[in-house]
Amino acid sequence: MRHSRALAPIAAFVGLAVIVAVLPSFVSAFRAQQLAYVGIYLTALIGLNILTGYTGQISLGHGAFMAIGGYTTAILMTEHGVKDLWTIPVAAVVTGVVGFLFGIPALRLSGLYLALATFAIAVSMPAVIKRFEGFTGGGGGLNLFGLPELTASLEPVTVLGHELTFNDWLYYLCWTVALVGYVIAWLMLRGRTGRALRAVRDSESAAQSSGVSLRSYKTLAFGVSAAYAGVAGSLFAIATTFVNPDTFPIALSILLLVGVVVGGLGSLVGLIAGAVFIQFLPIWSQQVSKSPGAPAVVSGVVLIALMFVLPMGVAGLAARLRTLTKR
Amino acid sequence: MADFWQQVVAGLASGSIYASLALALVLIHRATGVINFAQGEMATFSTYIAWALTTNHGWSYWPAFAVTLLASFAGGVAIHQGIIRPNEKGSVLRVVIVTIGLLLALNGLVTLIWSGEVRAMQSPFPTRTIDIAGVAISIQDIGTIGVVLATVVVLWALFQYTKVGLAMRAAAVNPAEARLVGVRVTWMLSLGWGLAAVLGAISGMLAAPSLFLDPNLMAALLIYAFAAAVLGGIDSPIGAVVGGLTLGVGLNLIGSYVDFVGADLRLPAALAVILVVLLVKPSGIFGKSEVKRV
Repeated sequence: MRHSRALAPIAAFVGLAVIVAVLPSFVSAFRAQQLAYVGIYLTALIGLNILTGYTGQISLGHGAFMAIGGYTTAILMTEHGVKDLWTIPVAAVVTGVVGFLFGIPALRLSGLYLALATFAIAVSMPAVIKRFEGFTGGGGGLNLFGLPELTASLEPVTVLGHELTFNDWLYYLCWTVALVGYVIAWLMLRGRTGRALRAVRDSESAAQSSGVSLRSYKTLAFGVSAAYAGVAGSLFAIATTFVNPDTFPIALSILLLVGVVVGGLGSLVGLIAGAVFIQFLPIWSQQVSKSPGAPAVVSGVVLIALMFVLPMGVAGLAARLRTLTKR
Repeated sequence: MADFWQQVVAGLASGSIYASLALALVLIHRATGVINFAQGEMATFSTYIAWALTTNHGWSYWPAFAVTLLASFAGGVAIHQGIIRPNEKGSVLRVVIVTIGLLLALNGLVTLIWSGEVRAMQSPFPTRTIDIAGVAISIQDIGTIGVVLATVVVLWALFQYTKVGLAMRAAAVNPAEARLVGVRVTWMLSLGWGLAAVLGAISGMLAAPSLFLDPNLMAALLIYAFAAAVLGGIDSPIGAVVGGLTLGVGLNLIGSYVDFVGADLRLPAALAVILVVLLVKPSGIFGKSEVKRV
């Protein structure tokens, strides 16, 4: 029984990895680039779901953590000549520490108060970045395009005997990171730590009286969650080859929360659907109608309709189908 | 010194606009426990109705004002009945996402119907100034403060002295018991959403003449309203008003006398207020602190 329970997710994961590996051969370079962004969003969503879905702490400010990761990468590359790949772990550590530190005051807040506080941080981020011009390049931003530190931007690179263009290279980079992140999250959440986090989510008082330290688990969740967002931000900077204060607007933070809820709170598989949703919703909405304002109306209506139809997200739908087929 | 008082009055005028929007947030939070992220866009939509009536259809200001309030009230009730109430079961995030969807849809709808151009909105009050003890105060500012204070008094009387007000308070404080004594709880909550939409409309119509009307007018003000509501205590109507006025005056003074903040960091300063209040006294100045039952 124990074996079969671990086996199904592993099989599903291997299937997913195979699909991810062969997909670029079937789609255009442009599509591969769009799919690379899906991988980036997936990484950020896994992080946010650890915090919001598993630990029950709502964050409307994960775009701000992505900004910290993105700027870490951009500053290291432009100022210090660090190769892009090496900036990713640095971004993870820097944002993880920031998230951990933010988690300490956040211990005092719960529910919608925390949502408001994180929202405040995300809203003020662009203004703060502009203010510290000497460090961040101010409103003009930092340009990474054409730097020798940026792999494959000027000429194709060869990885394991395959020649990859920038878009394909980006796709494989983002998805490798996302899948590694997925596995780490899965391992972390299925054991003792995951149980403790879920206990905190379901009832803080009950968790505490069973000996779960709210202090350590909440700050841990914040740190890990922020580290994922930082990695996503770092990849985002590499993918857009440019960062400025508006690369990480408040809309990004909101979009991430939307992705987690659409994918399914407290589920990892559903997040893939959530990541696809937030990447392609704006594009699909554009296709419905191009007159100014119309895409936003479509996005908004789709979002509201989704909450009517899939209150538990895509993961909830999957769970419902499973119970139906078992009967 | 005259300059100082002038800044204070200007701060009170913008503060009263924050206050009315903050009051809308508080009403909805008290009634349904939700923070309505679409409050700003609802207010913008209402303001556009008033603008269209006065500019495109040649109405004079006060009839347009009244019709806008009625339309906003109906809109608020319809939003609660149509899309909020069916999504209230389950995670609170579900309603949060619905209000975010509403935000997107209304913002797009405004652009779609009235285009994204910046519009000049007529003001019911003249902009000329009168001199009080050496301080030049614009009549528009006085009018703004007056309208908001009058609204607050009317609301307070509604909640304190009418049967509907009592029922609304009962529905917000204890829905189950209110239902048992015959209060139609869902309709009371809808009424709360309607009143919140009216308050938003008032603050939008007061803000538009000086800030100009565009689809993102109230989204910017919403942040200040959040800060005001948190400062006063997110469950306290009086707190929202005091918080709004304090924030308006405080930000205006800091913006003009502290060079480091200036005009650029006004918004982060408001957000710093949110963070500091949440950390030092999460219940705000007038709010009651939550007691957790095990």
